[in-house]
Amino acid sequence: MGRYVARRLLLTIPVLIGASFLIFAMVYALPGDPIRALAGDRPLSAAVQAQLRAEYNLDDPLWLQYIKYVGDLVQGDFGTDFSGRDVSETIFQRLPVTAKLALAAVIFEAVIGLVAGILAGIRRGSFFDNLVLISTTLIVSIPVFVLGFVAQFAFGLKLGLFPTSGIGDGWYSYVLPGLVLASLSLAYVARLTRTSLAENLRQDYVRTARAKGLKPSVVIGKHTLRNSMIPVVTFIGADIGALMGGAIVTESIFNIPGLGRAVYDAVLRQEGAVVVGIVTLFVFFYIFFNLLVDVLYALLDPRIRYD
Amino acid sequence: MKLSKRNSGVVATAIAAALLMTACGGDDGGDSGDAAAADGGSYSIYIGEPENPLVPGNTTETEGGQVVDALWTGLVEYDNETNEPVYTGVAESIESDDQQTWTVTLNDGWTFHDGTPVTAQSFVDAWNYTAYSPNAQGNSYFFSNIVGYGDLQAPETGGEPAAQEMSGLRVIDDQTFEVELAAPYAQWPATTGYTAFYPLPEAFYEDTEGFGEQPIGNGPFMADEALTPGQGITLTRFDEYGGEQPANAEQVEFRIYTELGTAYTDLQGGSVDIVDTLPPDAIASAEQEFGERFIETPQGDITSLGFPTYDERFADPNVRKAFSMAIDRQAISDAIFNGTRTPAQSYISPVVPGHREDACEACELNVDEANALLDEAGFDRTQPVDLWFNAGGGHEEWMQAIGNQIRQNLGVEYQLRGDLQFAEYLPLQDAQGMTGPFRSGWIMDYPVAENFLGPLYSTAALPPAGSNVTFYSNPEFDAALAEGNAAATEDESVAAYQAAEDILIEDLPAAPLFYRLNQGAHSENVRNVVIDAYGRIDTAAVEVVE
Repeated sequence: MGRYVARRLLLTIPVLIGASFLIFAMVYALPGDPIRALAGDRPLSAAVQAQLRAEYNLDDPLWLQYIKYVGDLVQGDFGTDFSGRDVSETIFQRLPVTAKLALAAVIFEAVIGLVAGILAGIRRGSFFDNLVLISTTLIVSIPVFVLGFVAQFAFGLKLGLFPTSGIGDGWYSYVLPGLVLASLSLAYVARLTRTSLAENLRQDYVRTARAKGLKPSVVIGKHTLRNSMIPVVTFIGADIGALMGGAIVTESIFNIPGLGRAVYDAVLRQEGAVVVGIVTLFVFFYIFFNLLVDVLYALLDPRIRYD
Repeated sequence: MKLSKRNSGVVATAIAAALLMTACGGDDGGDSGDAAAADGGSYSIYIGEPENPLVPGNTTETEGGQVVDALWTGLVEYDNETNEPVYTGVAESIESDDQQTWTVTLNDGWTFHDGTPVTAQSFVDAWNYTAYSPNAQGNSYFFSNIVGYGDLQAPETGGEPAAQEMSGLRVIDDQTFEVELAAPYAQWPATTGYTAFYPLPEAFYEDTEGFGEQPIGNGPFMADEALTPGQGITLTRFDEYGGEQPANAEQVEFRIYTELGTAYTDLQGGSVDIVDTLPPDAIASAEQEFGERFIETPQGDITSLGFPTYDERFADPNVRKAFSMAIDRQAISDAIFNGTRTPAQSYISPVVPGHREDACEACELNVDEANALLDEAGFDRTQPVDLWFNAGGGHEEWMQAIGNQIRQNLGVEYQLRGDLQFAEYLPLQDAQGMTGPFRSGWIMDYPVAENFLGPLYSTAALPPAGSNVTFYSNPEFDAALAEGNAAATEDESVAAYQAAEDILIEDLPAAPLFYRLNQGAHSENVRNVVIDAYGRIDTAAVEVVE
């Protein structure tokens, strides 16, 4: 197992290098002149423009820009954005915010999604099953920004239960955005759990367990659920990776200063160093959480071995 | 020219506003007002993310500008009503015999927030720093009319600039310095209230980076803490403020929002106190919803339709006049902007002295005359015209309306060319790449008529040196402008600027379209909220209601 994990981690290195180069090339390929856009309608003297281009290596060819970037990176220098702020500083400041939002979302997703899915799976065709079916269909079909605005308006502004925006109230600030962010995945988790559970409940080993006279709670909790969890864990794992990549829409609606919005702004301004630094971090998160999922498989299903 | 980027995210905002409007009634009670207001308290203001460090010489857009403005007071200030410069700032007087060499005398008793005095050197050093091209400061060009500016610019071939200090700036003593301009400019004192001209303390040069996050100014508010990107900055009243109008409130928080719609929701919920711009879809309902707390003031700007005078189809002034006369400005203002644009019939904004209400005859709808002019010019109506604008700024709707009017009134088809972001659009303008009329916006730098003429239409402002993207060039116009700049009295200079404007109106390199209005609203927690012609809130004047 240890060797497997080590091998997988080693494999991330070429992936990260490849990904960062691709992202770098894409930012480089964006049309237009970022320094000219920085100036806007007002004139910026040729000397000042030349100075800025030199500062950000914008006159160099792509490969040289990339090598300079990686050269700084291995010395721990993530580069600076156009306003002179260190990218590492931006990451340190925004990563905890994004992580908290992602954590809140995953908790809602796992707890509510699993409970709803399990109950619906056990009592197929019941009123509760239908309720889950209809409500998840509804959630999946509403775009997240509509859900966000409605939730903000109803629970934040009109009822005053939650802060309408910002992160000034600590963890409480993350409840409403976390719910909104989790809503879509929550619906998938509920559906996935239900289907997977329902399918496993029809398996021979379940009949055997029942025939042995095991209590229903043991049959479901110990035997069936464990087997049903594999697709769900895969989904949640991949979802954490995605959530750590920031949630531009939700972050914007609730004015949460996370990484997603930082990347969005940086792309618009063609700030290569910011985009590459943060997106490469996203890639790393994605790989890491997928590795975690693979390791979890082995715990859930003894037949899976990694040696 | 400051660039406002607040128009991004229009779609999401529009949807937000639409959702909100269905549910918001007017529950503004009549209880605002007379609860003893006072000295102290704290309030919050919406801003967008500042794009630059909070250094005056490098703050070029409205968001950071709002914060810098609360932290600094310049040589002169501007009257909120008339926009005339008033000597309530650091300068006791700014005088000249020949409109070219100016003597600036400072008032006693001004100190920076760190306790060091504001001296003549504080200004001269700051201006030299901003003008010196290796420092790459965005406001560098404001000093280009001072003698010796060229020596501070690095040669294009690379290398160091010839000098570090402009020879036109001379410190006489602690309270006095002299400024020598390259050419006479009677309105120069009026320009010195702008952000670029603010003084810097010595602490700035020791740590420019840290300074940009937690600046030290001389204004009514001081920064106790650094700016947190994505969140904002809270400023505290500066008790040793040297000006006549210290801040009324104890604290002001500038809160950064990425979505204007969210800020507006917070304003409705009372968790932010002042929002100085409204989401497009909320404008219609805001006046009713906020009542007395709705603010509307004119902005010092102009939107026009520029013509590529280098393109042979638009080389004839009569063609340009015909297009201008085919546009019904009032109809577009009503239908698309909810009446928040004032139709423009002058190149000079109404907020500055020298504006004439209906200076431009060709700026009125006159379909018959337009068609006659077009026939006379032999314009080929079978070829469509391209209409250019930058993407992502919310310009598509009104440019399309202009296209429709051109089609209807002149029988000329149009094609919208609005796919380019600023990063591509601006270089294309500089390279004479506009193949048809284009959207052009200008926000004034200082309240002087000249600022609406020289930077946009003079020969000296042709790209890459300036923003004259119509590539209009007329020695008579340049001469009239120079005469206004050199005039000894304000009346004489205004008269000369108007003569220059008359030449423009004859040639019509661009069709003036609209002047914008600032629209904002505030909560019941504050009063005396004024938005000036720059779209900035007078932070010192705001009172917190107990």
